[in-house]
Amino acid sequence: MTGIANIRDLFTRNIRTSGIYIAFVAIVVLFSVLTDGLLLSSRNLTSLVLQFSYILILAIGMVIIIIGGHIDLSVGSVVALTGAVAAVLVVRNGMPWWVGVLAALGTGLLVGAWQGFWVAYVGIPAFIVTLAGMLLFRGLTLEVLNNVSLSPFPAEYTSIASGFLNGLLGGYGYDTFTLVIFAVGVLGFAYNSWRNRRARIAYNQTVEAPALFVLKIVVVAAVVMWFAWNLATYRGLPAVLIILAVLVIAYTLVTKHSVFGRHVYAIGGNLAAAQLSGVRVKRVNFWMFVNMGFLASIAGIVFSARSSAAQPAAGNMFELDAIAACFIGGAAVTGGIGTVTGAMVGGLIMAVISNGMSLMGVDQSTQQIVKGIVLLLAVAFDVWNKKRASATR
Amino acid sequence: MADSAPTDILEMRGITKTFPGVKALQDVNLTVRRGEIHAICGENGAGKSTLMKVLSGVYPHGSYEGDIVLDGETAEFGTINDSEARGVVIIHQELALVPYLSIAENIFLGNERTRAGGAIDWNRTNAEAAALLERVGLSESPTTPISALGVGKQQLVEIAKAISKDVRLLILDEPTAALNDNDSEHLLGLLRQFKEQGITSIMISHKLAEIAEIADRTTIIRDGRSIETFDMATAGASSDAIQDRIIRGMVGRDLDNRYPDRVSHPGEEVLRIEDWTVYHPTQTGRVVVDKAHLNVRAGEVVGIAGLMGAGRTELAMSLFGRSYGRDITGQAYIHGKPVDVHNVPDAIRAGIAYVSEDRKQYGLNLIEDIRRNISAAGLGKLSKNGFVDENEELKVAEEYRASMNIRTPNVLVEVGKLSGGNQQKVVLSKWLYTAPEVLILDEPTRGIDVGAKYEIYTIINELVAAGKAVLVISSELPELLGICDRIYTLAFGRITGEVDVPSATQEGLMALMTQETTRETQETKA
Repeated sequence: MTGIANIRDLFTRNIRTSGIYIAFVAIVVLFSVLTDGLLLSSRNLTSLVLQFSYILILAIGMVIIIIGGHIDLSVGSVVALTGAVAAVLVVRNGMPWWVGVLAALGTGLLVGAWQGFWVAYVGIPAFIVTLAGMLLFRGLTLEVLNNVSLSPFPAEYTSIASGFLNGLLGGYGYDTFTLVIFAVGVLGFAYNSWRNRRARIAYNQTVEAPALFVLKIVVVAAVVMWFAWNLATYRGLPAVLIILAVLVIAYTLVTKHSVFGRHVYAIGGNLAAAQLSGVRVKRVNFWMFVNMGFLASIAGIVFSARSSAAQPAAGNMFELDAIAACFIGGAAVTGGIGTVTGAMVGGLIMAVISNGMSLMGVDQSTQQIVKGIVLLLAVAFDVWNKKRASATR
Repeated sequence: MADSAPTDILEMRGITKTFPGVKALQDVNLTVRRGEIHAICGENGAGKSTLMKVLSGVYPHGSYEGDIVLDGETAEFGTINDSEARGVVIIHQELALVPYLSIAENIFLGNERTRAGGAIDWNRTNAEAAALLERVGLSESPTTPISALGVGKQQLVEIAKAISKDVRLLILDEPTAALNDNDSEHLLGLLRQFKEQGITSIMISHKLAEIAEIADRTTIIRDGRSIETFDMATAGASSDAIQDRIIRGMVGRDLDNRYPDRVSHPGEEVLRIEDWTVYHPTQTGRVVVDKAHLNVRAGEVVGIAGLMGAGRTELAMSLFGRSYGRDITGQAYIHGKPVDVHNVPDAIRAGIAYVSEDRKQYGLNLIEDIRRNISAAGLGKLSKNGFVDENEELKVAEEYRASMNIRTPNVLVEVGKLSGGNQQKVVLSKWLYTAPEVLILDEPTRGIDVGAKYEIYTIINELVAAGKAVLVISSELPELLGICDRIYTLAFGRITGEVDVPSATQEGLMALMTQETTRETQETKA
């Protein structure tokens, strides 16, 4: 296979997955130009990470729900509720910060189990269950908080979201630790890609041409290290980025390689066939929602830590950002298709658009309009792409 | 009726209808006389329903070859509305009523009785509906919702809907398949009444006794061709003689050597079921499988022959982890030991595999690749600590690709892109990987071409040679006779016979398959 054929292959046959990366690069370039490079400044990149991390965390759980053929409209309310529970314990009752964290996680798991029960075992569509949950958990948040904001959280708690790991290995004007962590990550990625390639060759599968393979790794490494440099020269490694990275890696493994992940794809792809293949559909559906509740509680902790407060209206509309991230990232509305990395890129596209427009001083109303159109076009592209694929069969 | 009108209300000439890869109808001719009840008989898949869909415009003019001549004029129907405007109305096997609307609303759906301005005239709607209900002999209020009616009454509403459109040629596809004896009797009486009123009927039915009783003439369709049309008056002296005549027409095909040879060495019994009774999942009280009993031995291929609606798939799926039906009673034994199978994982563990008749709906995840479809039911064997060994998975998939001869460049191809035969091999691979004791194959060769069929038969032979027990459900009698050792016949949910293949004939099987429950047994059940 020649290099040219390879590149064409990437652009045409895999347009569904590669299209999103191209769109991401295009949007980053566009807003860099429009903001005179402000978008890619060290300071802005750091705040981008802090500001949108909780949407990305939600999108991880949401993409699993969507692959399974469901939807979750309640995550914004769950973010608020879990933050509120933590605030009541830590801020109002002066308990240690970790009690708040554990209580928030427990609340998230309970909420997930509640919704999973109705969806999986009673058989109520997730749309209804989570719409009810959206109201229910928002109401509970107001109850818990007595309708007022609670603040401030102690420093240990807020450092979950706004802390930085800095100066552990020294450095002059930059943080060596950050660079080392990222370098290890890049090496891990390169090694993993090489191992996959070896395995595919061993099984006589097609692989990219060697030049293209090396180019891909070099480009990824360069972009990641450049990003690391920017963080290192500003304030170092944000703690929340570590949380996010751990979650992304863990859930990529779960969705791609675990039996549970396979069952989620099987249910979303063909429910009846999955059932008749021995997939315990109810159980899988239940745990999908428990997991979503768990991730929503992490997002709730990060969000309340970042704002150092629990507010009654926290997390409003987060569910829609998370859902949009999944669909922009190539998840299918009908289920069975989607990836965690796709959802992350989808979320970053939304983040760059919002952030870029804010830097340009565009008002909220225009931002909403643009985001709405981006979502619509992304799904329209998906539908068009599917038709095209079936036409070539 | 005007004298000038031709005696034939309908003539279909040289109808040929092709689907991608399949010739469903080939040069079919059908002539229907004015005012008669004309029966169409044939095995499942012979092309009866396709022919009726051509006639009613479901398949529009231009999608088939040949002519439809209605009242001496060539008709070119582009939609169902075109055919209905000419008085041709079809009532499909699956009733097309909206359960939450009233009888009257359903009757005039798409044809609403309106006042000037477009508002619905409810008085007229309900009054006209009441008159129509009286014509079909249904004493229900026009405002009753459809969901409150049984299947028999719903069928009558369909007929009322048809006559509301000034029907002159009424087509009924298996009208009595879901009805009990009383409702069937009423329906047949209604058809006779219509005949007196000058309405011509075409009726597709598997219930040969009914056809013998009511039809004036019968046309036989076999393998997409019209074989013959005969007058019932001359077909035989008794109902039985007429039925024999029809059966001979339906099955009379040449048996070539389309089946690989096999020497069978049945071993010990693997699967046995006793008193297996299954109720319909939603229609309370409707028995779908009635006290069925059968057994399959190692190294043996056992067939289940039955017409559509006989309960074949329902029997198989209820056995496979209660995937169908409710209130299942009876006992299943594997290797003589009673097994309680409550869900599909139980069934797989007990060594049962079920290959569905509808591989796209129930067998495959079409948007997933071959590899993951093959591993779908056997992930337990492939995983450790909840994570899948993907190298092993790929190896397994490659092994099946080679052994089953799945024609594909590699196993990472989406299953939806494969041909029917190759898809079926993927489903078979999936189940073979679970290492089952007994395989239930439901219409294993439906919708696949002749060459691939031979390969599937060969695979079945290899399975039994390896000591597996195989239960095959098929609508095609020659297929069953070609590959099985023994055949059970199923009619209306009951096992009506058990036949050794060397002594079996298609005619004998067809007679058992159409054997209806007698009045007495129905009454004792009730």
